[in-house]
Amino acid sequence: MNFRHAAWGIGLAALIALPFVYRDPYHLHILVLILIWSFAYTAWSIMGRFGLVSLGHGGFMGVGAYVTALLWNHLDVSPWIGIPVSMVAAGILALVVAYPCFRFRITGHYFVLVTLALSGIVLQVITATRDYTGGSLGYTPNRARSGSGLMALQFDDKTTWYLIALAVWVLGLLMWRWVDRSMSRYAMEAISEDEDAAAAAGVNVTAEKLKITLISALMTALAGALYCQYQMFISPDTVSGIAVSLQMVFAAIVGGLYVSLGPTVGAIITILLAEVLRIGFGTKAVGWDNLVYGLLLVIFIIFLPKGILGSVLDRLKTQPKPSGTK
Amino acid sequence: MLTVEGLVKRFGGFTAVNNVSFRVEQGEILGLIGPNGSGKSTIFNMLSGTLTPTAGSILFDGAEIAGKAPHRIINSGIGRTFQIPRPFHRLTIFENVALAGYYGQGRHSRSKADEAAERALRMVGLPTDRHASVDGLGAAGLKKLELAKALATGPKLLLADESLGGLDEHEMDQAADMLRKIRDELGITIIWVEHIMGVLMRVVDRVMVLDHGEKISEGLPSVVASDPRVIEVYLGTDADSSQAAAAEARRRAGV
Repeated sequence: MNFRHAAWGIGLAALIALPFVYRDPYHLHILVLILIWSFAYTAWSIMGRFGLVSLGHGGFMGVGAYVTALLWNHLDVSPWIGIPVSMVAAGILALVVAYPCFRFRITGHYFVLVTLALSGIVLQVITATRDYTGGSLGYTPNRARSGSGLMALQFDDKTTWYLIALAVWVLGLLMWRWVDRSMSRYAMEAISEDEDAAAAAGVNVTAEKLKITLISALMTALAGALYCQYQMFISPDTVSGIAVSLQMVFAAIVGGLYVSLGPTVGAIITILLAEVLRIGFGTKAVGWDNLVYGLLLVIFIIFLPKGILGSVLDRLKTQPKPSGTK
Repeated sequence: MLTVEGLVKRFGGFTAVNNVSFRVEQGEILGLIGPNGSGKSTIFNMLSGTLTPTAGSILFDGAEIAGKAPHRIINSGIGRTFQIPRPFHRLTIFENVALAGYYGQGRHSRSKADEAAERALRMVGLPTDRHASVDGLGAAGLKKLELAKALATGPKLLLADESLGGLDEHEMDQAADMLRKIRDELGITIIWVEHIMGVLMRVVDRVMVLDHGEKISEGLPSVVASDPRVIEVYLGTDADSSQAAAAEARRRAGV
């Protein structure tokens, strides 16, 4: 146990120190992307690990990114306020979609389909309101007037962004761990197996599912807003829509749904894959990553359902170690 | 403590429970018997909130609970088991019961939930080891777990849907003794559903017989066991076997 804490401490210290000794901007850029997407995938897996497979998270991410950017550009609202507002908007959207699903017991494949529609609808809304959002051409937050970078949450410095992304990523892991150790995990595991039996144990099934969905949606919206602030350019393809949702599912499953660092491993793989394809094949390979995702997803679900990290950790456990460590 | 008036449940054109009324007094064990499809489980599902009655009222401790959400009913002091055990395989035995101890008693504190789980596990005779897996349990063990989950919710009234089929005679007797012990030691009122008559008759204070969704008899086990209507509808009309079964039921009831 102490060894574990020490390992985490040393790892985190190394990650914090990294940008001060290693300054290659391209590599830092890749790391920032990995951290932001890791946070998004972690957000997805917080509910996904309990069988609540959502293909609507692209929608939450899009709301996070676009609401923040629109408030800034049109109403001069600082992202410091805009981000919480966008998270609340995504949270309301999540409740509006999820409540009827949970109340009327839309589960399994049907739940996936409803959330798929959510992704599609958010994408359509962004495209249809192109006068405001730039439609499929994308959207750029206005540059802050000089000196107000902090207010506008805009930094040219990669190191600053790296540290912000790192902090948010750690927050994501802490949320994951908090859920993992709470009674909510018991309740959600029970619900994912048998809703009636969970209710007979006194669990308010609808409320528990809503709670976990809300946490997941709020985190995802935060990821979208941060991505927007970092990249200073968003388009429906990069922060919303079905492709983004599928990418979350893919990364979480490939990395490992049931371990806290699984989604992070998934992010490392997806982003490196996208970069390799982009550099190696350029524009000829547009869309190839999706093809590879799809193929790998099928292979993983059949052969490695616990994901890469989950399977590796299983192997490493030479002696059967109790799961609920106290 | 429980007063059921004119309870009706229809599924489309099919009436599963037709105008059933009964009372359960504090501290008694009421047996609920009847052939398959007689409406026993439907009544249980209405009492525990899994089904909403088509008509009728269910008063528990003076409050109407008909149609309330299951978790509210559980939290108001009714615990239930399922006929076929429904454990959560992704949780350990202890976590299964601690879950019920936490959510079934108004989500007070984790340590209270753990205490409730330990008490319940000890009561039914399962190990309180925190890491034991559900998958190691046999049929009798799963029934005990089901009971421990229900007990951990801190019920005043326990709805025990005990199908003892699948257990051998010794295990059946143990299960019956367990229910009596729960009533005697914890003061929990029990409604016990079963379709094997003999073992039930030995333990219950009163028995109620259902057939095709209607109550056809109610009273002391010895009286009900010799009620010709009960013998006819419950044990069948095949004279020889029904006579033998009735005799067996009377013998076990100690008449």
